[in-house]
Amino acid sequence: MEILVASAVGLMTAVGIYLILRLRSFPVIVGLALLSYACNAFIFASGRIVTGLPPILSKTAAGYTDPLPQALVLTAIVISFGMTAVIVMMALGAFLESGDDRIDLAEDDK
Amino acid sequence: MSLALIAALPFLGALLPGLLIRAGRNACATVTGSVTLLALVGLLLHIPAVLRGEAIQTRIDWLPALGLNATFFLDGLGLLFAGLILGIGLLIILYARFYLSPRDPMGQFYTYLMLFQGAMVGIVLSDNILLLLVFWELTSLSSFLLIGYWKHLPEGRQGARMALTVTGGGGLAMIAGMLILGNIVGSYDLTVILQHKAEIQASDWYLPALILILLGAFTKSAQFPFHFWLPHAMAAPTPVSAYLHSATMVKAGIFLMARMWPVLAGTPEWFWIVTSAGLFTMVMAAKIAFFKDDLKALLAFSTVSHLGLITMLLGFGTKAAATVAVFHIINHATFKAALFMSAGIVDHEAHTRDIKRLGGLRHLMPVTFTIATVAGLSMAGIPPFNGFLSKEMMLEEAAHTAPWVIPALAVIGALFSVAYSFRLIAHTFLGPVRDDYPHKPHDPGFGMWAAPALLAVLVVLIGLMPMTFAAWLVDAAAGAVTGEGVQAHIKHWHGLESPALWMSLAAIGGGLMLLGLHGALDRIWLASPRPEAKRIFDAIIEPLARLAGMLTRALHTGRLGDYLGAATATIVAVGAYAFFSGSHTPGTRPLMEIEPVAAIGWLALMAATVAVAALHRQRLLTLVLVGVIGLVVSVGFAYLSAPDLALTQISVEVATVILLLLALNFLPKYTPSESPTGRKLRDAVLAGAGGLAVGGLIYALMTRDFAFPTIADFHLANSKTEGGGTNVVNVILVDFRGYDTFGEITVLGIAATLIYALTEALLRPGPANTRLLNWVGDSPDAGDRHPLMMVVATRMMLPIALMVGIYIFLRGHNVPGGGFIAGLVVAIALVMQYMASGFAWTAARQKIDYHGLIGAGVLIAAATGIGSWFAGVPFMTSAYGYFHLPGLEEFELATAALFDLGVFLTVLGAVMLALSSLSRIAIRAGQTVNVEAYDVHPEDETAVAAEEAK
Repeated sequence: MEILVASAVGLMTAVGIYLILRLRSFPVIVGLALLSYACNAFIFASGRIVTGLPPILSKTAAGYTDPLPQALVLTAIVISFGMTAVIVMMALGAFLESGDDRIDLAEDDK
Repeated sequence: MSLALIAALPFLGALLPGLLIRAGRNACATVTGSVTLLALVGLLLHIPAVLRGEAIQTRIDWLPALGLNATFFLDGLGLLFAGLILGIGLLIILYARFYLSPRDPMGQFYTYLMLFQGAMVGIVLSDNILLLLVFWELTSLSSFLLIGYWKHLPEGRQGARMALTVTGGGGLAMIAGMLILGNIVGSYDLTVILQHKAEIQASDWYLPALILILLGAFTKSAQFPFHFWLPHAMAAPTPVSAYLHSATMVKAGIFLMARMWPVLAGTPEWFWIVTSAGLFTMVMAAKIAFFKDDLKALLAFSTVSHLGLITMLLGFGTKAAATVAVFHIINHATFKAALFMSAGIVDHEAHTRDIKRLGGLRHLMPVTFTIATVAGLSMAGIPPFNGFLSKEMMLEEAAHTAPWVIPALAVIGALFSVAYSFRLIAHTFLGPVRDDYPHKPHDPGFGMWAAPALLAVLVVLIGLMPMTFAAWLVDAAAGAVTGEGVQAHIKHWHGLESPALWMSLAAIGGGLMLLGLHGALDRIWLASPRPEAKRIFDAIIEPLARLAGMLTRALHTGRLGDYLGAATATIVAVGAYAFFSGSHTPGTRPLMEIEPVAAIGWLALMAATVAVAALHRQRLLTLVLVGVIGLVVSVGFAYLSAPDLALTQISVEVATVILLLLALNFLPKYTPSESPTGRKLRDAVLAGAGGLAVGGLIYALMTRDFAFPTIADFHLANSKTEGGGTNVVNVILVDFRGYDTFGEITVLGIAATLIYALTEALLRPGPANTRLLNWVGDSPDAGDRHPLMMVVATRMMLPIALMVGIYIFLRGHNVPGGGFIAGLVVAIALVMQYMASGFAWTAARQKIDYHGLIGAGVLIAAATGIGSWFAGVPFMTSAYGYFHLPGLEEFELATAALFDLGVFLTVLGAVMLALSSLSRIAIRAGQTVNVEAYDVHPEDETAVAAEEAK
C-alpha cells in the first residue's frame, strides 16, 4: 500500500511541476492544484498510513492513527482553496486587462 | 512617566499629523507639538532622580531567547540627549509651522519628523544594544524621508540617497561591532557591557569591534572621510537641517562614542583613531566652511568641524576632556540650531542664501540680525557667550595633550572657526543695504523667530551664568560618560598663565586677519582644484549600481518558468546531494497489504494524472480529470483512517471545480502549444526528478518507524479530558492548536476580501471593464438555462442540506465534522441555488452579507479566545461542561464550539464571497439575468416564436 501512496504522490508532484512551468495561467493554476494534493497527501502520509483506525476516541477502538498531520492537512486544504481562488481571480483579471493569459512579462514590460 | 512610554510617544504621535492636517495646519502643528511636549514633561519629571544619581530603568521582555529585550534606562547622558531631542524638537515643530509653504504637505512632514524623533529618543534611552541598533537604523530611514522631503528637487533626492548610503552602511558596520561586544561580554544589555571594560579591552576582538563601531559613529557624525554627505543633506528644508544636522542626528555618533566611552576609550588605538579623525575633520571642515557662499553649506561644514572638535575631545580619553565634550554638545546644539533657523529665515525672506548676494540685512531684519549675531559670536568663541566657555576649555585640554601638533592644529581650527563665523555675520548683515536682493527682506512674524530667539537667550544665559544653567547637566552627563563623579568648574577667566587664553587670542586675531583677506583667498580657492566628494561618491556608487542592475536583469527575467524551474532544480539538487552523500538501509516497518479496491483507486488516480499531463491543453477536460483526482484523494483519505479529511477534501473539491468553471467561462478554452521541444524536455526532466524525489522521500518515510516519539499520544490522551471531545482532529483544530486555526481563518477571510477587491478593480472603468461590456461568448449558451428538474431538486434539498450542515457542525467535536466541513457543505448548498435558479433570483431571496459573515466569524473566534481572559486563564483556553435539560439526553457545551462557529461562519462567508465575485463578472459581461426562476433563453423564445409563425 505504501508504494501506491508514494507513487501517486510522486506522479502528482511531477505533473504539478511540469504544469507550473507552462506559459499560460490556466495550466499553472491546475499545476498548483495538483501540487496541493501532493503536498497534503505527503504531510498526511508522514503520520504513517493505517486503515480502520480513525482518531475518534471510543472504548472499542483497537488503536488510533496520528491525528496531528490530519489536523494540519485539514486547514491546509481549506487554505489552498482560498489561495487557488485568489490566483484564479488574478489570472482572470490579467486576462481581462490584457486580452492575453500569458504569465511571462512581455519584453516591453520589464 | 515610563521610559518606554517616552520613547513610544513620538511614534504614536507620528500617526496624528496625517489625520489632523484635515483640521488645518495650526491644529496639526499644535497636536504634534503637544505630543512632543508631553514626552518632554515626562522626561523632565525624571530629572531629580537622575541628578541624585539613580539610574531609571524600564524592562519589557520581548524576545528573551535572542537576548533582545525592550529595556530602557536613563542616566545623565541619556537625559541630556533626550532633552535636546525633545526640547529642540518642540522648537522645530513651531518653526516649521511658519517655515513650510502652503504647497508643502505639512502632515507628511510632521509624521516623518515624529518618526525621526522617536527613533532618536529610542537610541538615547535604549539599554539593549540590539534595540539601540533597531532605532539607529530607524533614524537613517526617517532622515532619508526628511532629507528627500522636497521630492521634486533632484538635489533633495540625491542628498537623501547619499545620506542613506553612507549612514546606513556605517550602521551595518556598527551592528557587527556591537554584536562582537555583546559576544565578548555575554550580554546585550548596555548597562552590563559598560561594566566589563577590562574584559573588552583585553579581548583579541577589541580592535575589530572598535573599528566597526567607530565606522558607525563616524558616518553618522560626518567625520572625515565620511563627512561629505552632510553638506549634500542640506537640500532638506531648513527645519530638518536645524534639527537633524545640527542638534540631533549627527550627534548620534557622538552619543554612541560617549556612551561606549567607559569601555572603549583609554587605549592607544582609541586615542589615535578618534583624536586624529576628529582633529583632521575639525580643521579641514572649518577651512572649507570659510569659503562657502551658501549660508547653509557654511553652517553644514561648520557643523562637521564642531563635531570633529567634540570627537577629538572624546578621543583624548581623559575625564576632563570628556566633560568639555559634553559641555560643547549643549552649547553647539543651542547656537547652531539658532543659526540654521536664522539662515532659514534669511532664505525665506530674501529668497536667497548666497552670501555674495546678501549684505546689509542689519537694517532690514534687526531681530534676525540680533539672533544670528549672538549665536554667531558664540560659534566664534567670543566672550561672554557659551561657545567661548567650551572653546577655552577645549583649547586648555588640547594644550595638555602631546604631541605638540594637536594644540597647534586645534588653534588653526579655532582660527578658521572665528573667520567663518565673522564672515557669516559681516557679509550677511553688515555693510550697506543693497537694492538687488531677489526679494525685499524684512523680519518674519513672531512665530518664526520665537524658536531661534529662545535658543539665543539660552546662549546668553549659559554664557553668563554657566554654573547655574549648565553645570548640573554637564556634571550628570559627564558623570554618566566617565562613570565617575564629575564636578565641572566652568569659568570665564582662567588667568594669564593659562595657555588657552593666548591660543584663543591668537585664533581671534588670526581669524579677523583671514576675514580681511577673504577676497584674495577666495580667488585662490576657486582657482585651485578641489576634490569634489559627490563625484568621487558617484564614481564609486555608479559601477555598483550598474553591477546590481546587470545582476537583476540576469536574474529577473520576468519568466515565471525560470524562477520556478531554478527553485525546483536547486531543491532537488540539494536533496540529491544529501541523499547520495549519506548512507541508508531499506526501511523495516512492515508494509500494508494492497487490497484490490485500493489498487483500483490508485489506477484511476494515476491514469487521471497522466491524462492531465497529456491533455492539459483542453482545459475543460482537464477540469474533469482534476475532479477525478480530487475524488480519489478524498476516498483515499477515508480509506486511510482520515474521515475528517475526506469530508473536507470532497467539499472543497466541489467548490474548486465550480470556481474554475466560472473562471473558465471567460478564459480561453484551449492552451496553445508554444513551448519549444527543448524546453518541454527540460521541464519534463525537472518534473520527473522532482516527482521521483518527493515520491521516494515519502516512501522512505512511510517504511520507517518514527525516529522520535510523536506528540500524537499527548493529543490522544488529553483530547477527551482537557478538550472535552472525542474527535481528536477537531479538538486539535479548535482547542490545542486553536491559535493556528484562528490565524488560518483570518487568512481565508483576507483571501476572500482580496478576491472581492480584485473584482471591484476589474469592474471599474478600464480595459477589463470595456472587454466585459463588449463580451461575445465563444460557446453557445445552454438553451434551457435553469432546468426544471434541477430547480425543483435543489429547492427540495436546500433545507435538508442546511440541516446536514448544522448536524455536521454540531457533532464535529466528537465524530467527523466540524466548522470547516459544515461551512463548506452549507456554502455548496447555497451555491446550488445560484446555479439552479440563477443569480438574480437567488440573490433577491438570500440577502446575506458575505463580508459580514467573514467579519462575524473572525470576531466570534477572537471573542471566544479573549473570553478566557475573564476567567483568568491564557488566551483561547477552552472550557466545557455537561448539562441536562428535562426531556433531553445529557449534552455537552464547550467554548470550543463557539470558536468552531466562528470557523464555520468565516469559511461559509469566504467561499460565498469568492464565488459570488466571479458571478458579478459574468453579469457585467452582459449575461442576461433571469427574473423568473424557470426562464429560457430569450433568443430561443424568439426562435420558437419564429418557428410557430411559419
